[in-house]
Amino acid sequence: MEILVCIKRVPLVGSTFILTDDASEIDTRRLGFTLSPHEECAVEAAVQLRDAHGGSVTLLSLGTAETEEQLREQLAIGADRAILAITDGSEPDPQATAAALLEAIRADGAQFDLVLLGSESADVAGYQTGIRLAHALGLPVVTGVKGLTVDAGVARCERAVGSEREVYSVALPAVITVKDGLNIPRYPSVPGRIKARKKEVSTHEVTLAAPRIVKGRLVVPAAAAKGTKVLDANEQGAAALVDVFREIGLLA
Amino acid sequence: MILVHVDHDRGAVDAVSLQALTLARCLDSDVQAVIMGGAEFAPELGEYGASIVHVAEHPGLTDYAPQATARAIVGLINSLAPTAVLGAGTARGNEVLAHVAAMTDLPFAADCTEITLGSPVRVTRARWGGNLLEESTVITTTLFATVFAHAIPAVQSPAAGAVSAFTPELSPADLAVVIIERAGAASAGVTLAEAKVVVSGGRGMGGPESFSLLEDLAGLLGGTVGCSRVVTSAGWRPHAEQVGQTGTKIAPDLYIACGISGATQHLAGCKNSKTLIAINTDPDAPIMQIADYAIVGDVHAVLPQVIALTRAATGA
Repeated sequence: MEILVCIKRVPLVGSTFILTDDASEIDTRRLGFTLSPHEECAVEAAVQLRDAHGGSVTLLSLGTAETEEQLREQLAIGADRAILAITDGSEPDPQATAAALLEAIRADGAQFDLVLLGSESADVAGYQTGIRLAHALGLPVVTGVKGLTVDAGVARCERAVGSEREVYSVALPAVITVKDGLNIPRYPSVPGRIKARKKEVSTHEVTLAAPRIVKGRLVVPAAAAKGTKVLDANEQGAAALVDVFREIGLLA
Repeated sequence: MILVHVDHDRGAVDAVSLQALTLARCLDSDVQAVIMGGAEFAPELGEYGASIVHVAEHPGLTDYAPQATARAIVGLINSLAPTAVLGAGTARGNEVLAHVAAMTDLPFAADCTEITLGSPVRVTRARWGGNLLEESTVITTTLFATVFAHAIPAVQSPAAGAVSAFTPELSPADLAVVIIERAGAASAGVTLAEAKVVVSGGRGMGGPESFSLLEDLAGLLGGTVGCSRVVTSAGWRPHAEQVGQTGTKIAPDLYIACGISGATQHLAGCKNSKTLIAINTDPDAPIMQIADYAIVGDVHAVLPQVIALTRAATGA
């Protein structure tokens, strides 16, 4: 089974957002970068399916040359090769993202049985790149998948709705977008990292279409002033918490 | 006219779809709804502002079918020419409008907290699970947008709610992806999303064995156990218990965060809790800043005292 996994480099945000002076971007000068959790699960799922069914796992990402860092990290997990679609570094809107991914797939020329993406990116969260790519490729798409098995060319996909699960069945080739919780992604091993250095990362330049969702500024929503009440870490503090439980009506 | 896609599941209208109707009513006096089957919901949708409820009737639409739903909506867009199509900022609402946008090759703004129609169309939408907002203009002929869940309350605004049934033209490809089976939850009991009390643990719990403390306290308070992403990644607890941007977003009456620092990933899931208690050794941890009550201390020392006093208070 030939599997493609589309991944996105995003800043590793800690507890607060620091914006650039013009508020158009997150100030990433002091931040590391990572993938969104959904995509880590997508790569893990792809490697597991490849190990069970044979074939290979190809990674694809859009971005500047720095994006190779995330591709190498996931090659160390066990993906076989990677495609880096080089852009000018501007932020594409979801339509432009899907179009650029399509261009890179066509330029690569390989045929894929399964195309995996995250349900939505950690940063922009447009909830549509996988669906747009599926329509462009003429493939069916199942989104938000938290359980995935493949048998005889048919994928069984589970997604969580409240406390229940909906099951979808789709014949491959197909696009499937997945969510965190699909699996527990492994950490790259040292031998994995060494092997990853020698794996192929092919590059392909793409031109991004002008965005039709034109980003103005970013705003960090003001947190309501909470006036946190600090309690003692002793029996008085514990008793005060029990008073809180009583006020909320939990001990009636 | 604004067209609002309304989702329903097993006998109930989706709450966020009603919120989308409310936002639509703030933008236009003429709001119409589109729903896949479910003519019986028309009076309720009328209460929330729908003048006409377009009910799609098709043998392929007896249960949720994402692409078929989108195809039906595209058919209506072609005949009704709405200025905007709104939906719920839920897994299904976002999925359906993404299909609509892909079929029509127009932009789609997901998870909007504010919308201004006109020229240009302006939206404010959620990034990073709502921890960051983006103000954008949308270059389009018809705005496609979903309304961020629970950003605005649904407000009644009575309109006629007249049923207009239609039969969409669907291809086999539109019906390739449908629900084939529903499976119950793996575990019984109160679910995280519905729980009024959630007692949650993070890295500061030290290991999976300490979660018995959280189970004890949750049991006494009629609640359930949650956790942070660090905990599920380490395999200490199942993903179904993860609170956060990529886990479950909750708004319980009481949230008790034990040994959780409060990364944005986690805060996106718990910041709407009505009362938030944080127990953490680090007084400067972000969770302590948004908590209503904070105890600076080790959960292993604090929780047994809280459990003992709670048990005494309940007489359990």
